[in-house]
Amino acid sequence: MTTDILLEWIIKIAVVIGILLTAVAYLVLIERRILGFIQLRVGPNRVGPFGLLQPAADGLKFMFKEDIIPLTANKFLYVLAPTLILVPALMTFIVIPYGDSITIFGRTIPLHVTRFDVGLLYLLALASIGVYGLALAGWSSNNKYSLIGGLRASAQMISYELALGLSIVGVLIQAGSLDLVKIVEAQGGWYGLKWHVFYFQPLGYLVFFIAALAETNRIPFDLPEAEAELVAGYHVEYSSMKFAMFFMAEYANMITSASLGTTLFWGGWMGPGVERWPALSLVYFIVKVAIFLFIFIWIRSTMPRFRYDQLMRFGWKVLLPLALLNIVITATLVLITS
Amino acid sequence: MEPSGTVNYLPILIVFVVASTLAAIIILIPQLLARSRPTTTKLMPYECGVEPVGTARERQSVKFYLVAMVFLLFDIEAVFLLPWAVVFPQVLKDPAYSSLKYVFYGEMMVFMAVLLVGLVYVLRKGILEWNR
Repeated sequence: MTTDILLEWIIKIAVVIGILLTAVAYLVLIERRILGFIQLRVGPNRVGPFGLLQPAADGLKFMFKEDIIPLTANKFLYVLAPTLILVPALMTFIVIPYGDSITIFGRTIPLHVTRFDVGLLYLLALASIGVYGLALAGWSSNNKYSLIGGLRASAQMISYELALGLSIVGVLIQAGSLDLVKIVEAQGGWYGLKWHVFYFQPLGYLVFFIAALAETNRIPFDLPEAEAELVAGYHVEYSSMKFAMFFMAEYANMITSASLGTTLFWGGWMGPGVERWPALSLVYFIVKVAIFLFIFIWIRSTMPRFRYDQLMRFGWKVLLPLALLNIVITATLVLITS
Repeated sequence: MEPSGTVNYLPILIVFVVASTLAAIIILIPQLLARSRPTTTKLMPYECGVEPVGTARERQSVKFYLVAMVFLLFDIEAVFLLPWAVVFPQVLKDPAYSSLKYVFYGEMMVFMAVLLVGLVYVLRKGILEWNR
């Protein structure tokens, strides 16, 4: 291993985390604007042109807010919980391929931070660490609302994590690898018809999408937060930057879910003209992720919230059997066509 | 040239260090910038403005724990399924295993069927009946 590769990794990680955090800040703004337009109002448009400086204003406000730790809280776990959520949320993105290789100054740079054989497993494993943060945040605050929110959040996330993990198995059977770069490459050709969402995996995609919504605690699955009954759920006692960390992690997870859905089912960075202009692959990737995120926001403004027993019943009695059915169908199809 | 093999796991360490440092900085920022004027009322657990009643360390519905236990069982199923799913297409392609491919397929189907029976049993036992 040479130093330039180490340097390349460090630069890529810095750029990816920087872009991810900026995207999080602007995703919040875009979400508020879109929700505003859908509800026939303008949304935040005062700070800077079109409200573009709103994220900076919000960030400054968070920084200067008083940081409150409740007297009855378990101090160590109370501080650890937002860290446990934010760190995995920032770590997941390094295995996602966001483009083909490009050549700059005679050096070929693959547009993904790293690739290894168990990339997808790494991503799923880190995604489940977030549950610890939620449960600890709910418990350590020593507040009834946050305890109920934390319990709900952990039960919901582990239930839907199962459906999420099993909905991916169909893709694995077809691609034959856990390496996300290879999964994208397996979807090349046939003018996009080999994208897994068309190529035998529409059911898997459906289960994945619903489970991803639930994993990111978005409406209609935002019961852990349920402001009408639980105020804010597991982060009700958090203020200042610690609250912002929950927020950042939630939106970073949204972006990661959207990227994972794009990578696994919508051909990743594939698109017309990528062979001639490799830089175009980055554009395709960003556009696909943006469409995904827009749908997330759109759903938020459209759907009502589930009741808790409905949510659990849906996860265990509908999504999980559907995911298993998808595995059986895919395995049988692959066996017959072999 | 992109390296391959074990060395590719190194960025995990780098990104862990970067992310943890970032999280630590984020936690420390308000300590430096924001003023802190704690009062007893301010530091009480929030209960919509009313004085808190009792503590939050109360007993919760046992369903949450049951869900967690059932999750463990089915997560192990997922752990078995993932490597099988990766190896399955390679077994199908390899002519050396052509006589074994139905065994390879059938075994996993039986495994999944057993677990499905388990799921039906658990659901019939009423794990998800929240109002009982």
